[in-house]
Amino acid sequence: MSVSPPLELNLLSDPANLATVRAAVRQVSVEAGFADADAEQIALAVDEALANVIKHGYGMQTNRPIRLRAEVVSEERRTGLRFVVRDYGRVVDPATICGRDLEEVRPGGLGVHIIRSVMDEVCYEPAVGGGTCLSMLKWKRHD
Amino acid sequence: MTRALKETRQVGSTTVVVPTGEVDLQRSPGLYQEMMAICRTKPPRLVVDLRQVSYMDSSGVSTLVEVFRSVNAYGGTLVLLSPTERVLGMFQIAKLDRFFTIVDSEDEALSDG
Repeated sequence: MSVSPPLELNLLSDPANLATVRAAVRQVSVEAGFADADAEQIALAVDEALANVIKHGYGMQTNRPIRLRAEVVSEERRTGLRFVVRDYGRVVDPATICGRDLEEVRPGGLGVHIIRSVMDEVCYEPAVGGGTCLSMLKWKRHD
Repeated sequence: MTRALKETRQVGSTTVVVPTGEVDLQRSPGLYQEMMAICRTKPPRLVVDLRQVSYMDSSGVSTLVEVFRSVNAYGGTLVLLSPTERVLGMFQIAKLDRFFTIVDSEDEALSDG
C-alpha cells in the first residue's frame, strides 16, 4: 500500500540539477527512517537513474522534463521508499536494459548495475504518452 | 566552467593530480578532458589524489577507467590515493577495485615500489 508522497520534483534534464536532487533524496530517505549509509546509496541509485535519462533518453539535452516522485510504501511487516522517474525521451525497450559484464575493465554500463545493486526492486516500463517510467523500491532493513 | 582538477604537481617522475568535490555527470566531462590532456604527456606514474572527492557516480568512475586504459596503453602506472569510503564503495559496487592500484598513504603513492 502506498501512503504519503514525501517528494515530488519536476526538473529539467540538466546535469547541474543532480547535486540538488541527491540532497533531496538523501533527506527524504533519512526522514523515512533509513540509516545515513543507506540514504547515501539510495541517492546514488536515483542519481544514476537520472543520469541515464539525461544521457540515453535525452542525448544530453539539458532542457527536457523529468519527473521524480518518492512515496512511502508499507506492507504488513515492512516499509520502504519507492522512487519513480518519468521521462519523455527516447522510449527504452525494457528487454535491452541490463547491467554490463563486470569481468573486464571498461567504462559505461555501470549505472544500471548500480541501480540494481542498491535497490530491492527495479522496473522499467514504457510510459503512456511516450518516454519511460522507472520504478525503484528500497525496503528498510530491520536490525 | 570550474576546473575539475584543483592541483597538478610533479614529484620527481610522478605526476600528482587532485580532483575535488562531487564528480558526477555535471563535472566528469571536464575531469575527463583534463585527465586525458595529462595522459597525452605520458607520465610514467600518475597519482590521482582522491582525498578531496566527496562523491563520485558512475560517470566519474568511467572517467577513471578511461584514464586507467590510457595509462596502461603507454606502459605507465596509475595509482589512486585514499578515496573516501563513499568513493571506494563506488569502485566496490562496480567491482573495479580489483583492477586499480589503491593506496592509503602519499608515501606509498609516490613510491615506485
